[in-house]
Amino acid sequence: MPTAVNTATYAAVPIGTVPTTLTINGETRTRAIEPWTTLLDLLREGEDLIGTKKGCDHGQCGACTVLIDERRINSCLKLAVTLDGADITTIEGLGQPGDLHPLQSAFCNHDAFQCGYCTPGQICSAQGLINEGKAKTRDEVRELMSGNLCRCGAYSNIVDAVLDVIGEQA
Amino acid sequence: MNRFDYARPASVAEAVQAGAGEQVRFLAGGTNLIDLMKENVDRPTTVIDINRLPLNAIEELDGGGLRLGALVPNAETAWDARVEQRYPLLSSAILAGASPQLRNAATNGGNLNQRTRCYYFYDVATPCNKREPGSGCGAIGGVNRIHAILGASDQCIATHPSDMCVALAVLDATVQVTGPEGDRAIPIADYHRLPGDEPWRDNTLKPGELVTGIDLPAEDFTQTYTYLKLRDRLSYAFALVSIAVAMRVEDGTIAEARVALGGVAHKPWRSTEAEKLLKGQHPSPQAFGTFADALLAGAVGQGENDFKIPLARKGIVRALKQAAEATPQSQTDKRVA
Repeated sequence: MPTAVNTATYAAVPIGTVPTTLTINGETRTRAIEPWTTLLDLLREGEDLIGTKKGCDHGQCGACTVLIDERRINSCLKLAVTLDGADITTIEGLGQPGDLHPLQSAFCNHDAFQCGYCTPGQICSAQGLINEGKAKTRDEVRELMSGNLCRCGAYSNIVDAVLDVIGEQA
Repeated sequence: MNRFDYARPASVAEAVQAGAGEQVRFLAGGTNLIDLMKENVDRPTTVIDINRLPLNAIEELDGGGLRLGALVPNAETAWDARVEQRYPLLSSAILAGASPQLRNAATNGGNLNQRTRCYYFYDVATPCNKREPGSGCGAIGGVNRIHAILGASDQCIATHPSDMCVALAVLDATVQVTGPEGDRAIPIADYHRLPGDEPWRDNTLKPGELVTGIDLPAEDFTQTYTYLKLRDRLSYAFALVSIAVAMRVEDGTIAEARVALGGVAHKPWRSTEAEKLLKGQHPSPQAFGTFADALLAGAVGQGENDFKIPLARKGIVRALKQAAEATPQSQTDKRVA
């Protein structure tokens, strides 16, 4: 029989929630999660990791991009309960003030943002792009960063920043 | 999003058992279903999380084909070395769609089963025969720039939004499904359907049936092919018109040509009758134009989408030229060769 989640094996778990274990930025935690909670809402409201941004909430803007098992994903379209056992990296896990990730430094050096709202998603997406290893040229970076909108229009500097880091790692 | 019961079956048999019931939905990548639930277009009472089922591999088939597991992400499929080498048309079409993040989450089965992006289907404040049978169609006489020019009915003019499925139509893929009555195989041409007087049915799946995989027969369209996608933005936009072509050219003449269109109908649009017009022809704008007219026979505009008819005609001619010359459209460098 399928796992009957409403009669969960954990007696202490509130009715209707699903015990879910996630490793977020290296820290493993188990939570009782309502199944309709998106990963985005869990991160922002449950875990107080507000670096990940809610833009459109419909998978159209990329502001909510995080890495799940090193792959970039729109966290607004993932139910957290479906990710039991996953390893999640948010912008907070990539770098911190004083210990910036190379992409964060490159975004600063290239003035790759204005308002900054899309930036955590841009940087997580760029890390996913680097993990995929498919983008080498400017055209390829432009195409494979197309899932992240920037309403300030910092695109050309974003591409410069990403190319910079790809070049350093080549 | 409405509240629902959540189940995570461990086997396909358990999933099928749990899948019985009208308001039960299988959840895979979630990129379409979660969105529809947020919009209140879909309000399942039970969500069956199928992500742990063993349908996540790409396997060799006897005879040289490939089986694409229903749960393999679109990105993994497009970048699989076997798919890239043997079915570059499929890789190209997948990479023309959505965004890298969406392709990482969206699965092959989910791509087949995604719903239309018709504005009226998505807006619960408007009538839509697909969402609410009998309520009417807002798109007919309404805002219909993205809508169908072929195979529509007086009840629905929605289009199927997939790029992947347009390539699958050309590759003569077969959809493997399982359900309460057992396993069956559905040719891709019979999988999606035209709206007719039952526009709420996107495809020919029976209640409770689950897609398990997509079979690709052995084919040799590794040079003379193309996927040309025409849209409002160069990336991350649905097709206004897209054209998939697979061709065999022998001694300067076309031995076989297959063409399917996306963005123009409730299913990938293909006519094997019209394709006979290309057989034995020398590649030429005249031959391509004659074929385009045949494939587009019966096309009807709805007002705002009238432009799609001449756009499709020109796109077909251009795509056939790309395929014949073995210069497939790059999905990175957007210049149309």
